Amino acid sequence: MTSFLRISLEKIRRMTFWTIVFWIIMALGLTATAIRFTQGLGAATHLSDKFPWGLWIGFDVLCGVGLAAGGFVVAATVYIFNLDYYKPILRPAVLTAFLGYLLVMIALFFDLGRPWQFWHPMIMWNPHSVMFEVFWCVIFYTTVLALEFSPLVFERFKLEKPQKALHAIIVPLVILGVILSSLHQSSLGSLYLIVPEKVYPLWYSANLPYLFFLTAIAVGPAMVTIESFLSSRAFKREIELPILAKLGKVTAVALSVYLVLKIEDVVNDHLWPYVFTFNLEGILYWAEILLGVIVPIILLTYKKTNRSAQGLFYSALFVVLGFILNRMNLSITSIEHYAGVNYFPSWMEISITLMIVAAGFAGFRMAVKYLPVFPEKKETEKPLNKPFDVVEFIGDKHEHATVLN
Amino acid sequence: MQHYGILIDTTLCIGCYACEDACAEHWGFPKTDVHELSATKNTTVLTEGDTYVPRMCMHCAVPTCASVCPVGALKKTDDGPVTYDVSKCIGCRYCMQACPFDVPKYQWNSANPKVSKCDMCRDRIAAGKKPACVEACPADARVFGTLDELKKIAESRFAQNPGNYYPQIYGIKEAGGTSVLYLSSKPFVELGLKGNLPDHPLPSLTWAVMSKIPNYVFWGGTLLGGIYWITNRRKEVREFEAKLEQMEHNNPSRRIPNHEQEN
Repeated sequence: MTSFLRISLEKIRRMTFWTIVFWIIMALGLTATAIRFTQGLGAATHLSDKFPWGLWIGFDVLCGVGLAAGGFVVAATVYIFNLDYYKPILRPAVLTAFLGYLLVMIALFFDLGRPWQFWHPMIMWNPHSVMFEVFWCVIFYTTVLALEFSPLVFERFKLEKPQKALHAIIVPLVILGVILSSLHQSSLGSLYLIVPEKVYPLWYSANLPYLFFLTAIAVGPAMVTIESFLSSRAFKREIELPILAKLGKVTAVALSVYLVLKIEDVVNDHLWPYVFTFNLEGILYWAEILLGVIVPIILLTYKKTNRSAQGLFYSALFVVLGFILNRMNLSITSIEHYAGVNYFPSWMEISITLMIVAAGFAGFRMAVKYLPVFPEKKETEKPLNKPFDVVEFIGDKHEHATVLN
Repeated sequence: MQHYGILIDTTLCIGCYACEDACAEHWGFPKTDVHELSATKNTTVLTEGDTYVPRMCMHCAVPTCASVCPVGALKKTDDGPVTYDVSKCIGCRYCMQACPFDVPKYQWNSANPKVSKCDMCRDRIAAGKKPACVEACPADARVFGTLDELKKIAESRFAQNPGNYYPQIYGIKEAGGTSVLYLSSKPFVELGLKGNLPDHPLPSLTWAVMSKIPNYVFWGGTLLGGIYWITNRRKEVREFEAKLEQMEHNNPSRRIPNHEQEN
């Protein structure tokens, strides 16, 4: 009895702890928001003429969009490659992507100096601008994600007609989504093609768009893994281990190709002296390559670690942290070096970023609570990797229309 | 259309800052003793060793800022100046990040901020006058004219005083050429002017990728559609075979001939 009491007390304490943290973040974030929009970016951030892009572009946008890449990777796997096996993780992946893109847009509203004119690229075109292309892709892709996400809402409210209509167009929609994603994921890298003399040589490459795309492919499944792991704990669900193990292989392959391209850059652009100069940039570069690329490739191919939930979780964590480090190195470390300034985000930049991330967590929780994000218990109990599983699933027409969208 | 520019002769600049004051007056900015470009200073005179180096927007022939601006708020005009239109600007600051000369500056402490940069006094040019900074210069260190005229003036200065000059004009080829040209007595990097810019316009680096997008959309769409068609067909066949097997299992008497089953 006492132990039971202690456990539940502990539970309450932990819950209130996180609730308190959440509301502190919200309070700080809202204060910072008020300052940002009344006194301008200078009052709220540590940005300057020498350092015009900071945490909000480097983390909220460059990392945010990349971390949401699981949506298009899994959607392509399920719909275009017709691998029904991955269906149980489709909805959480699409949900994460949808929330991620909404959050990126919110972050952009903070970062844009004149956010009330954010819609201008719709009518004032400059097709030479990478930013213009990213704008259009993000707008379109968020729409696509909203549609890919909508079956959950239709299902929840038992709206059969829109559900059927959406089912009819889902494949072209996913194809469009994959094209838009691959375009803007790579274009975030292309943003920096135009400043060859500003980016530190270790991070500049004519291959930047391809490097960004590959890392997005690698980090998308990693995020799905982390999310599955955490939500299986939080919501007491079974974890989709065999699926996550296969996703881990996707990550390992993407990272391996990425590593080859990075080595190619070193050889072709004669970067050896930079690689072996252990200044701040050199150390961060090694940290990124070793911890974010080589360690996860080993963990994900080594049998012991690629078959356990813990092993997969930690490999994914390495991938995600390495990814974030890479984006921050390109957008912050290397520009700091060029501009000769030290940039560290202000408490307001940090708290607004935290507020946006916290809103993402809250949104995910709400969606899981009120919408059929995770498959019904009955399905997870089925062995996932038997060949007849697929047939049985598809065989039932009614189930096909309502559950699988 | 005449293509105007400004020739800056650093060997003649005496550091009187008359140009800065004239510029401030033209824009309605306060006159200050802080000598660096800012949201309230569109031209300045830097001191590099024993040389005064006037700085301002270079008015590139193919401007990076105009290329990166998602809404076309920055434009290269036919007569030379690169202009900025705040009514279009969304405040993304990509122009500041991208400009190879770090020229555009920002009103950081405004809730309704603008980008600030020199526009070569376009309104004065239209009225037949010289830019304010050129008119104010008492030392002939800033000369206004068409690019052809400016190049001729530069050549004649080289010819008259060969010992005085480093025999090159900065801005002829840098980043594809600029409308503001520099003369100097020493290598330009010693004046703080970048020596590592390519001879081609920087926007070509981006355009090499951007121009492939329509093709990518077309071929990517076709490829993905094709993959879907193949995988879907396989799935249908698989389902059909499974159904056959099931029927067979249920009715062993109505056995399907072997050769059909193999399909």
